[in-house]
Amino acid sequence: MKLMLLAIWHYRHFILTSIKNDLRTRFARSRLGATWMILQPLAQGVIYAVVLGRVLGTKLPNTNNEYAYVIYLLAGLAGWTLFAELITRCLTIFVDNASLLKKMVFPRICLPLIVSGSSLLNNLFLLIATLGIFIAVGNYPNWMWLWLPMLIVVTVLFGLALGLILGVLNVFVRDVAQVMNVIMQLWFWLTPIVYAIGILPGHFALVLRLNPMYAICSSYQQVLLWGNPPHFKTLGAIVVVSLVLLGIGMSLFRKASPDMVDVL
Amino acid sequence: MSAAALKVEGLGKAFREYSMEWRRMLGWFGHSFRPASETWVLRNISFQVFAGESVGIVGQNGAGKSTLLKLVTGTLRPTEGTIGVVGRVAAILELGMGFNPELTGRENARYTAGLMGMSPEQIDAIIPAVEAFAEIGEYFDEPLRTYSSGMQVRVAFSVVTAMRPEILIIDEALSVGDAYFAHKSMARIREFRKQGTTLLFVSHDPGAIQSLCDRAILLEHGKVLMDGEPSEVMDYYNALVAEKENATVEVKHLASGKAQTSSGTRDAVVETIALFNSSGEPVEFVNVGESVELRVRARLRRAVPRLVFGYMIKDRLGQPVFGTNTHHTGQALDGLADDQLVEYRVAFPMNIGPGSYSVSTALSSTETHLIDNYEWRDLALVFNVANQNRDLFVGTAWVPPRIEVRRV
Repeated sequence: MKLMLLAIWHYRHFILTSIKNDLRTRFARSRLGATWMILQPLAQGVIYAVVLGRVLGTKLPNTNNEYAYVIYLLAGLAGWTLFAELITRCLTIFVDNASLLKKMVFPRICLPLIVSGSSLLNNLFLLIATLGIFIAVGNYPNWMWLWLPMLIVVTVLFGLALGLILGVLNVFVRDVAQVMNVIMQLWFWLTPIVYAIGILPGHFALVLRLNPMYAICSSYQQVLLWGNPPHFKTLGAIVVVSLVLLGIGMSLFRKASPDMVDVL
Repeated sequence: MSAAALKVEGLGKAFREYSMEWRRMLGWFGHSFRPASETWVLRNISFQVFAGESVGIVGQNGAGKSTLLKLVTGTLRPTEGTIGVVGRVAAILELGMGFNPELTGRENARYTAGLMGMSPEQIDAIIPAVEAFAEIGEYFDEPLRTYSSGMQVRVAFSVVTAMRPEILIIDEALSVGDAYFAHKSMARIREFRKQGTTLLFVSHDPGAIQSLCDRAILLEHGKVLMDGEPSEVMDYYNALVAEKENATVEVKHLASGKAQTSSGTRDAVVETIALFNSSGEPVEFVNVGESVELRVRARLRRAVPRLVFGYMIKDRLGQPVFGTNTHHTGQALDGLADDQLVEYRVAFPMNIGPGSYSVSTALSSTETHLIDNYEWRDLALVFNVANQNRDLFVGTAWVPPRIEVRRV
């Protein structure tokens, strides 16, 4: 473990450069470049807002703010996008870098760190755009927004822990990635992002409370829309679960390391 | 030449397949299942390479050469046995280095240097040298997807060898590049060797192995078949390639301490071979430029439809100096009877530089000894060339010059 941390420290510049390269290459050949990073999730938000808010007439209870639903939607999406990007990229992280792993010797733990860093950066841009929209529609910053960094840390921790496990498994059983693509869709709809939890029947809501992404997304909504503090207790539990998952992920990763290149 | 730079003991690598992947996974946690199939690519490999030594790895496709290099480099982990490496290892395995096609050559070079564990200061320091050595001009700042494979090799080699490693591992990468760059990279490798770098080198090019290595290891079916002098190992390897079907490779140790390798069906054999000077006396020492005659008598042990005689003069390192055969000269014999004796007299001026040379002979039915190899004999004859009355010159060729010098 100590060796691994030392290796990470030694490769810190490499990790930073790679995050930079990652951002550059992803948009190298598209005209709008990095703007897509923000445009894509925002477009998604706008589509939901139009379809669900205007067409289906979805309204949030207990509010008179006409933009409340848009804010609710974008707040939840900010958290979800970060989590989803971490999971989908960690899933294929070793498979995608097969040629590198076969040809060069370097601490492999750098790869998930690079993915985390670049996902985090993407998310920050999105968050800035989102907050800009909030201010534009009259939802001005309040002190509760200061909880955002903590929410981001919890989300990254949970996404990375789960992603690392899935990423290692996917090297050996490629179906994991396929299955996860379906699960992530389901998971998105099982998390109150485009709808309010209140519209669900009682027993359903109970199941939802076991969903860590519910606590995370709803904390985003609490902080950004209602100006309430996040759900500390549940978030604390998620941190504990994430650390356990991270432990499992790391030991799985270390055990699997010798076999990994054999099957890539 | 004191401490071992690389120590390989009882090395084995198996690729395992499981009927269910979760069985492999349970294996990581101590509960091992029998794999559905197990392929040992390498087994019981033990050897040592001393610091500063350079070793060529030869073998046929699938012999395990690349796997061995990957194990030493560390991208693959051994199934059994140990590998001890002293010092920094730099490796060029196969073509490309996992380059990113969207990034420029410069950015890829920085990225690869970072992967090798260099600090930003070190990277800044080496990049100008990398750019200069690769010699790809403006392309260095173009995205890699616009590169030819030769240009990629240039960048890859330049980065990996930007700092002298203690151990340099090269897997055939150089054969892809153009001749100019191949020369340039060979020169750099030689320079490293002088400074004490240990070299591990896989190649199908016998010339490269013989000119670069002090030692060669022949791998066959994942085992070390031979470990010794490059020229001997290459002779054995060539014989092995020719003899896939009727393996009758024979190694005879000559009084000089050298090993003579011969192979073939022995349907025709060289009975006598000798070198004669212009007065018809057998000679072992020949003056540069002297007219000589190589006389070879071959006996047929069985009737053969066609007989081609070939010979090759090789230098001390086993590099070919000159060779041809009677197929190319249009003198192949057809329909030979059993027990027929054939004499070949090959007259030529000894236009080669001073040194020790050997002659290999081949008797076959076509121009290549890979089909119907009756007999292939390395070190059939050894002779020396001395410069007795010419101006001093170096090299294996005697190309008499006429130099004009004028003050103008």
